[in-house]
Amino acid sequence: MQIAVKLFATLRDGRFESAPIELPIGALVSDAIEAAGVPPKDAAVVFVNGRHAEPGRPLSPGDAVAIFPPVGGG
Amino acid sequence: MDTIVRIDVGAQGGPKVRKEPVGSYAGYGGRALTSMMVAREVPPLCHPLGPENKLVIAPGLLSGTAAGQSGRLSVGCKSPLTGGIKEANAGGQAAQVMARLGYAAIVLEGAAPEGSCFLIYVNKDGIGVENAPQYKGLENYDLIEEIKKRYGEKVACISIGPAGEQRLAAASIACTDMEMHPTRHAGRGGVGAVMGAKGVKIIVMDDAGMPMRQPKDAEKFKAANKAWVEGLKKHPVTGSGLPAYGTNVLTNIINESGGFPTYNFKQGQFDGASKISGESYAAMMVKRGGQPTHGCHRGCVIQCSGIYNDADGKFLSKQPEYETVWAHGANCGIDDMDAIAMLDRLDDDIGLDTIEMGATVAVAMEAGVLKFGDAKGAIELIKEIGKGTPLGRIIGSGAAVTAKAFGLERAPVVKGQAMPAYDPRAIMGIGVTYATSPMGADHTAGYAIATNILKVGGYVDPLKPEGQIELSRNLQIATAAIDATGMCLFIAFAVLDQPETFQAMLDLLNAFYGLSMTNDDVVALGKAVLKAERDFNAAAGFTKEADRLPEYFKREAIAPHNVTFGIKDEDLDKVFNW
Repeated sequence: MQIAVKLFATLRDGRFESAPIELPIGALVSDAIEAAGVPPKDAAVVFVNGRHAEPGRPLSPGDAVAIFPPVGGG
Repeated sequence: MDTIVRIDVGAQGGPKVRKEPVGSYAGYGGRALTSMMVAREVPPLCHPLGPENKLVIAPGLLSGTAAGQSGRLSVGCKSPLTGGIKEANAGGQAAQVMARLGYAAIVLEGAAPEGSCFLIYVNKDGIGVENAPQYKGLENYDLIEEIKKRYGEKVACISIGPAGEQRLAAASIACTDMEMHPTRHAGRGGVGAVMGAKGVKIIVMDDAGMPMRQPKDAEKFKAANKAWVEGLKKHPVTGSGLPAYGTNVLTNIINESGGFPTYNFKQGQFDGASKISGESYAAMMVKRGGQPTHGCHRGCVIQCSGIYNDADGKFLSKQPEYETVWAHGANCGIDDMDAIAMLDRLDDDIGLDTIEMGATVAVAMEAGVLKFGDAKGAIELIKEIGKGTPLGRIIGSGAAVTAKAFGLERAPVVKGQAMPAYDPRAIMGIGVTYATSPMGADHTAGYAIATNILKVGGYVDPLKPEGQIELSRNLQIATAAIDATGMCLFIAFAVLDQPETFQAMLDLLNAFYGLSMTNDDVVALGKAVLKAERDFNAAAGFTKEADRLPEYFKREAIAPHNVTFGIKDEDLDKVFNW
């Protein structure tokens, strides 16, 4: 299945901003993080379709996965 | 820092300066001092622009010391925007310089004679006040240029622009940064209008010849400061995210969460978000020879600020903060980085709160004064305020007044103050803070975004009501205490996650003042400040109905999550039950 992965802030360095990624049916958020080449400890906040998601959450075709390093401001 | 100086601007024969020992205000600094003084000395029912109101300007308990990150300045009064108590704080050089000069507070009191335009000059030899009509009507940048000619570039300034002189309810007070740019503002609640009502245009402070404040226990203080700075550098938010991208690193993540208010709080995501994100601004600053990593005051460790140049490589403004990028950007449908930086520059120059202004321009857009996305129109509208036209005066009075003037329901305000850059329906914890803070809608008063979105200090689901009351309560208490120290609130990211860094902050206070405060004392201080503020508001006529969001946040669901604000009124009334 194809999912869309977006990376932000320092996670873009040497990687990409957004890309389609092929994963097997039944893949988890953690698989998307790995496929994007992001070390799990750097994926501080992950959204799937705009909702927070844990690494163990299963993905569905067409899901949008957004991965952030630790960020703050305000 | 054991002296309070009071300046009666309306005294017979001209302003009278009176110094007194800090007395019963000892142990308070920053917001604790401004709020305790306003609560004790300002009649709650007075008019905010009348002689009974006072403007209290106070550095924090650790300002002027070697402690990293200790340069916040608090400004307190009764607010012309909310009608309640107000504390607005700012970075820049002023807090460090005022503290080194030995002042726990400068208090402006009384009624200025019509047409006054005072300059207050403070140095190691004392305090002078002169009428300086030559500065009347000047915008902040021009004013500071004049001050540089007269006093050089090593002073720190606290000033108002034309909005403050017009005593408009969205007027800010500007503090200069290390480059003498008037870019760091005590923005919220119309504190600039109160300074204008006191007839004071500018306070110029020179700490030449004044040493850094010395701790009671130098050894312990040095060790604590080392642990403190290490803690800030070690945490990924304060150590790398904020320095690299500034506060605007938030645009993408808040947009992704669906809580990024767009088109006057109509939807929670903005198509142009990535064009105005921190990542885009950082790249542009590098390209144009600006500076993406920069501190707003001496002793800043985090360095979240930046310098933004125009297309010709000339200074235009500081790197616009996240709140400004949201307010003048997504909320107005504007996705042009240069236009947003220009609006930031104009707000700083005229002396306006960028949050209130972005919210107000969006209300004007909804009213049809201009179209959403009209960057040029937004720039012209802000300029109207500087010119003092009737339309400018309406806009400069904030979102609530503007909505009323144009017959609109949708004014995103609490206690008359505009909401900042997070939709309270999609991020309910911050909605609790907006509703209940004694300051009106204010994200800094209890920054639930940390836990609702950023997963700092734990995680509470932003889309559900559960846990939000406790979250906001605890954050409001902690923040009221941190605001007493003079520490920049961004230390909270490190302090919430790293117990040893919280301990280092306590150790700094204890070593400096020779105390043995514990966590319980910090909590007690936070509660005492909040209680004083709430008591003031109650006496000023605020009832529990003031602790509510506008009704339409309960009625109109926001996309993409299609949620309304789900916290019950009776639960909001429990925030301060401790």
